[in-house]
Amino acid sequence: MNSVNKAQSLVDMDNISIAFGGIQAVDDTSVDLFAGEVVALLGHNGAGKSTLVKILSGAYRRDKGTIKIDGKEVAINNPRDAKAYGIETIYQTLALADNVDTAGNLYLGRELLTPWGTLDDVAMEARARDVMGRLNPRFQRFKEPVKALSGGQRQSVAIARAILFNARILIMDEPTAALGPEETAQVSELILQLKSEGIGIFLVSHDIHDVFDLADRVTVMKNGQVVGHARTEDVNKDEVLGMIILGKCPPGAIPGPGALAS
Amino acid sequence: MTDDKGLQAAPEGEKARASQMSILARFFKATELDTRMLGMIGALLLIWILFDIFSGGLFLTPRNLWNLSVQTASVAVMATGMVLVIVTRNIDLSVGSILGFVGMIMAVTQAELLPALIGYDNPVTWVIALAVGIAVGAAIGALHGYVIAYLGVPAFIVTLGGLLVWRGAAWWVTSGRTVSPMDSTFRLMGGGPTGSIGATASWAVGIVACIAIIAMIWNSRRQRQRFKFPLRPLWAEGFLAGIGCFVILGAVWVVNSYYWPIGIVRKYIAANDLQIAEADLQIAHGIAIPVLMAIAVGIVMTFITTRTRFGRYVFALGGNPEATDFAGINTRWVTMKIFIIMGILCAIAAAISTARLNAATNAQGTLDELLTIAAAVIGGTSLAGGVGTIVGAMIGAVVMQSLQSGMVLLGLDTPLQAIVVGIVLVIAVWLDSLYRRSQH
Repeated sequence: MNSVNKAQSLVDMDNISIAFGGIQAVDDTSVDLFAGEVVALLGHNGAGKSTLVKILSGAYRRDKGTIKIDGKEVAINNPRDAKAYGIETIYQTLALADNVDTAGNLYLGRELLTPWGTLDDVAMEARARDVMGRLNPRFQRFKEPVKALSGGQRQSVAIARAILFNARILIMDEPTAALGPEETAQVSELILQLKSEGIGIFLVSHDIHDVFDLADRVTVMKNGQVVGHARTEDVNKDEVLGMIILGKCPPGAIPGPGALAS
Repeated sequence: MTDDKGLQAAPEGEKARASQMSILARFFKATELDTRMLGMIGALLLIWILFDIFSGGLFLTPRNLWNLSVQTASVAVMATGMVLVIVTRNIDLSVGSILGFVGMIMAVTQAELLPALIGYDNPVTWVIALAVGIAVGAAIGALHGYVIAYLGVPAFIVTLGGLLVWRGAAWWVTSGRTVSPMDSTFRLMGGGPTGSIGATASWAVGIVACIAIIAMIWNSRRQRQRFKFPLRPLWAEGFLAGIGCFVILGAVWVVNSYYWPIGIVRKYIAANDLQIAEADLQIAHGIAIPVLMAIAVGIVMTFITTRTRFGRYVFALGGNPEATDFAGINTRWVTMKIFIIMGILCAIAAAISTARLNAATNAQGTLDELLTIAAAVIGGTSLAGGVGTIVGAMIGAVVMQSLQSGMVLLGLDTPLQAIVVGIVLVIAVWLDSLYRRSQH
């Protein structure tokens, strides 16, 4: 593999399994991520990729498997634990409280307080104006509940919330699903910028075209299992599509437990 | 969380539009007034004026308005808690029964248990009785909250059970016997001539409130200047301060214009050996103590909902429970705390209502849950969750009580009163949903 492999991996998820009722949503899956790297998690709807990253972000608790950050095993049992390790998530649904304004959403769960222990709304609004100004300079509607914002603006709020607290590991679940071409380009630019700052990024998508050019590596999942891992320079889009649709592992990829036996 | 449409530094396009806005629209934009709240206040004034006309000028008298304020206090206190409950998409059907049960506990404590230990009319009796009541109310709320948040039983069912359980328990405490009389200090919480603070103190409260309003407006302006945010125009700030002070001082003037009834003045003269004609001694009631308690509860609850983390989480939870969970907030504990607060407020409401009746009966507070929910909903709390204000719910409580006491004043039959209240509630919520749809 490439040179970063010699370095310590940022995230190691080993042999993760989770079942909902009788359905094995994620089955003995392992993925890893290095600092300054973008890993795309690909697969059909229901392949288990969103579930896998929700285990990392603390939204779900795994049945089996270990999570290592910087090579050390960690306990992530809720979103708060994950945030403590610098893991930030942009959910597919954005997970915004629609009735709360932008600053309130950015700081939800981590509010700035005055010396008297009350909410420091003015300071939060000031920081919000600052960070939103960098992401989306035309954004002006700070006083309105985020319900009133457009899809792209809401996406900016969700992204701003993730990068506001010095994230080391960023999970983006279908980050451009709700966006137009211009906004998608903005998000791509942002991903490259964050990557250059040394942040490790998991990009979850069902559409290979959204992410192939951004990703350093791809991991393809099918029916809860990993079909294979590959560096994007070793495979082409058609081969990856074959992995997603058929579960067929091309020669340039390392097969996983879910690969079609050939 | 008012719908103050932008006071931002408007980009060019918006400025052009601003110049085309009507004077009225510009006025609302500058003052950031909540038009929905204004509509509700307008409806309240309309109700008052209509009742005044139909009752031949009996409604808008200092005496009736003072009574209205005292009658509203108990439901207004509970309505502030109901806002939090409904904002988080829950409901509490048990508040009337909790009021009945806790009232009975407080009555037994002060009339039957404490006299044996510390004698009658001990100055600390009321403190102990109130503390016991608040502890019991908080415990009941904690129990409800635990079952709802941690065991996952819907609030509707838990509190429907609570409605039956606590009503039954209220009966059980004394096997249905009415407990009376209350401790003389405790009774001050119920209002009445002695349970009011008099003219001088009322003016003092009014002036302090005016200073507080001006200080708050000034402080918020200074805060916005600190971060160079756009400011409201000075005339708008002055207008808001002026209206606020006018309303407060006007209310004080009204309650100070209601004098003690002649019978009580006669007793007062006899008790104090005064050499003065009854007609010459005009003693103003001033603000009633239960009203002061309700206002204090309103201020504390407004502070909690708008200035604390807990309050922010309550609204976020109502807006998007999943997102709040993902943000790392312990949503179950937040829910449980809401019901604990609701229980405490029921206890305070029980103290007011028990003190006012000078007795605890096992039927006390029956149907109060519906008045409380109606007050919160009329006051703009959305049953879909995420939206509501404390002050709105308290004004909603005044609306409900105005309807009731107005109809009593007109001599309407009780069944007819119930019919009117029911119809008004439905129409009010319908109008509200029309208003909300027009906002989007």
